[in-house]
Amino acid sequence: MQQSLGQPAKRSAWWNDARVRGVLSQVFVLGGIGLLVWYLVSNTLANLETRSIATGFGFLEREAGFAVSESPIPYSAADTYYRVLVVGILNTLKVSIVGIALATLFGTLAGVARLSSNWLVAKFATIYVEGLRNIPILLQLFFWYTVITQTLPGPRQAFNPMPGVFLSNRGLQYAEPVWDPTYGLMAGALAVGIIGAWALGRWAHKRQERTGRLFPTFRVGAALILGLPVLAYVLGGAPTELDVPALKGFNFRGGGTVTPEFAALLVGLVLYTGTYIAEIVRGGILSVSHGQTEAGLALGLSRGLVMRLILLPQALRVIIPPLTSQYLNLTKNSSLAVAIGFPDLVSVANTSINQTGQAVEGIAIIMAVYLTVSLSISAFMNWYNRKIALQGVR
Amino acid sequence: MTPGDTLGDTPNSGAAITLESVHKWYGAFHVLQDINLTVQRGERVVVCGPSGSGKSTMIRCVNRLEEHQEGKIIVNGIELTNDVKAIEGIRREVGMVFQSFNLFPHLTVLENLTLSPIWVQKRPKKEAEQAAMEYLERVHIPEQAKKYPGQLSGGQQQRVAIARALCMKPSIMLFDEPTSALDPEMIKEVLDVMVGLAEAGMTMICVTHEMGFAKTVANNMVFMDEGSIVEMAPPKEFFTNPKSERTQKFLSQILTH
Amino acid sequence: MARSGETPGQIIAREEEPKDVSLPPPKAPPTSPVLAVDWVRQHLFSSVPNTLLTLLCFWLLWETVPPLIDWALIGAVWSGGDPQLCRDADGACWAFITEKHRFILFGLYPFDEQWRPRLAMALFVGTLLVSSYPPFWRPWLGLLWVAVFTSCGILMWGGVFGLTPVDNTRWGGVPLTLILAVVGLVCAFPLSILLALGRRSDLPAIRMVCVGFIELIRGVPLISVLFMASVMFPLFLPEGVTIDKLLRAQVGIILFTAAYLAEAVRGGLQSIPRGQFEAADAMGLSYWKKTLLIILPQALKVAIPPIVNQFISMFKDTSLVIIIGLFDLLTTAKTALADPPWRAFYIESYLFAAMIYWAFCFFMSRYSQYLERRLETGHKRS
Repeated sequence: MQQSLGQPAKRSAWWNDARVRGVLSQVFVLGGIGLLVWYLVSNTLANLETRSIATGFGFLEREAGFAVSESPIPYSAADTYYRVLVVGILNTLKVSIVGIALATLFGTLAGVARLSSNWLVAKFATIYVEGLRNIPILLQLFFWYTVITQTLPGPRQAFNPMPGVFLSNRGLQYAEPVWDPTYGLMAGALAVGIIGAWALGRWAHKRQERTGRLFPTFRVGAALILGLPVLAYVLGGAPTELDVPALKGFNFRGGGTVTPEFAALLVGLVLYTGTYIAEIVRGGILSVSHGQTEAGLALGLSRGLVMRLILLPQALRVIIPPLTSQYLNLTKNSSLAVAIGFPDLVSVANTSINQTGQAVEGIAIIMAVYLTVSLSISAFMNWYNRKIALQGVR
Repeated sequence: MTPGDTLGDTPNSGAAITLESVHKWYGAFHVLQDINLTVQRGERVVVCGPSGSGKSTMIRCVNRLEEHQEGKIIVNGIELTNDVKAIEGIRREVGMVFQSFNLFPHLTVLENLTLSPIWVQKRPKKEAEQAAMEYLERVHIPEQAKKYPGQLSGGQQQRVAIARALCMKPSIMLFDEPTSALDPEMIKEVLDVMVGLAEAGMTMICVTHEMGFAKTVANNMVFMDEGSIVEMAPPKEFFTNPKSERTQKFLSQILTH
Repeated sequence: MARSGETPGQIIAREEEPKDVSLPPPKAPPTSPVLAVDWVRQHLFSSVPNTLLTLLCFWLLWETVPPLIDWALIGAVWSGGDPQLCRDADGACWAFITEKHRFILFGLYPFDEQWRPRLAMALFVGTLLVSSYPPFWRPWLGLLWVAVFTSCGILMWGGVFGLTPVDNTRWGGVPLTLILAVVGLVCAFPLSILLALGRRSDLPAIRMVCVGFIELIRGVPLISVLFMASVMFPLFLPEGVTIDKLLRAQVGIILFTAAYLAEAVRGGLQSIPRGQFEAADAMGLSYWKKTLLIILPQALKVAIPPIVNQFISMFKDTSLVIIIGLFDLLTTAKTALADPPWRAFYIESYLFAAMIYWAFCFFMSRYSQYLERRLETGHKRS
């Protein structure tokens, strides 16, 4: 840049070379980070040694020695740390998956309600969205947990809204059918129904392309998916034996249970995330201009077809990316379970850290699990975004 | 006497569109005031007037994108009421082209064109695509069939929109300022397509300020202001000898421009 | 073209003269002119399903609002330090709030000295209000903030000007929540700019370090970062050096916030058209001059609304420090309930804390919407 005219270029000092500078600054940054990491690691190692804490993941093989209040797989205090962490991961996944399904349903309803032409409905939805999204989720969790454990009566005075269902401060107890081979048959029938509906959809699509005739795919498909299991149930002799919860001493025995911790966490996560999903759905619907509806109607399409062929595909493109990040947020927020005693991953890892002192390893496990979930979802999102990107939209 | 009567009694051609004392309000704002208009089969009417004069609202009432509150609108012998099936039927007979194209950005050009033939007329996909390609050739852009609307220029998009409306094989076409959103160099390519349509005998109502186009194709000019039809005449008289002062003023503004 | 069999276009002969149609006399809309009735019909009873929905809403209102008013106003106990009064009453126990509000608001701060956090908060919120008005965004505002921070520090810590020293382990309630959020934002901001610039750098090593940090932090829950701060930081430091719990949590919050803010700033950087970079290069500016003088001022302006939104979520997230045992607003509200005679009045306590959080977040989010409208100066790439 500093060459003077008419003279051969003066050789600039080597440290002004852009490439040299680039390499140097990278070396500096990496070197600085390396030094910092080395400093921290050596401190940590020294500290661990003075506190005589062993490093490494050997502790995973040892007996955990603490019980958890609920677990999808058999677990006892005599099992290893490894197994209790798996229990934690499964519990995290359980509350996240149920939470995501319910929050989507609830949020979509609220988002559509905010756009309702009915003033009262729209106002109700607005109050819900603006009210709950501005209050910390943790406060809401404490609130719901206290409501369940303090307001609901004890097991002896439990609400009994319908036969076999009890609501008390120990959670929700409900009658569960006793296992019967018929239920296996029903599961099989459901699978056949789903595959059948899918095949039917493909056949109907092909036929429409060929002949133009439409087929009520949705109704017939739904009938298949719902009807086949019912048929299987009747053919299997319609077993009716139930495992009804009964009061034994101070608590219920038998049947299925939704614990207060799980219920509070689920309610809190669903209501809080629902407010964000409502706004995303509303934004997505508003993003499709009214002209699109008009153009569809002007072509003679019915309102249902305009919704299905024109509005939904366009709104979903806008909705799905932020929706996924809300799913991720819900999963990460489920870690607040530790505050109300639901044994999710963070909660059991925290107990393990307190018992073994293996803080570095415990936190590394938490982070690794969440990172795996986040990164796989982001990878999916990138793939999806590439797939649906609108061509040439400027 | 209503202005519509001036067109009446043309032998061997029935009325395609009839509006009888149509009124419409937005809240307390009277957008359409006592509109009377008859368009015969094969007739081409060009509607002009200052912005906000109700001309777009009027033609949007014809396929019930807007509801009128008083009066009668009869299209192809069917009166527009709240009957959903009747409205869908009329919309199949009436093609519409919008100022802002309103192509579906998530579908290719070809999919835009075949959407209605496949889902409304229930035709086989192959057949619908062949027909669509023919229309694309008529608007001179068959090579763009596989592209998405966002990849086309404005003029090309509007021609696709015209082809999309034609794919329904409509007997009437409505144009709502089809060239207002276009750059000057693209206006001609769209107008050429519209002139071609007119020459083929399509019944048309065009809202436009392209006076050259109006002179070429219109059987009848309509001037609207403040929600009413102020003047209606064949183009020759309309341009050379406008009766109303408001029409004169409007024409002088738009022609000297 | 469309239908070959139809009548061709024909010019219709016209005998009659075109005529000027005079305007018809003004006519009222056919619907009722009474606007209120009209409005109700349109917005509540426009169709059968709509009417059903409206009736459902009215039923809900009927079921919830009168009992709520009974509870919150009519049957409520407003004052008096006796929890027994509350237990005998049917309604809310606002006496709990009268009794405990000082603790909930200021935590364990010495009771007689609580005018100090009160004054500090007033100063602070006042300055916040002043700086929310864009025309005041001038250099003197920065100086004002330095002065306010210093005086808040003096007020909170004491130890000079005859103020009794108060250790930061005794800080709590709203001041602590505000400190965690605001110091978090202020310190995370420069870090986030570096991270965002690094993420867009041409140098692969720097880019990888920044992307790694941002994605790592954004991929894990805040609580794991706070655990790391509270459990692992002490291990990181050489023997004998300790940092207190508040500072550790604060560092955790700063690192966490920086990663999210970096994404907001990156959004701003991405909105700058290529031509701006090229123009700056053409003027012969070095990388840092180009960045500081041309790019950042524009990018940050675009990034302000997302930054405010980030601040809102951070304000809510500070409540997580309860899990590592700091006395923020949520902790004080929960701890106030630990007093056995008052244990039953959790709704009142949580509602009180929730309203404080809500008011802050709601007005901040309205403010962010206002800024978004105000700052819209054609930066949008369409």
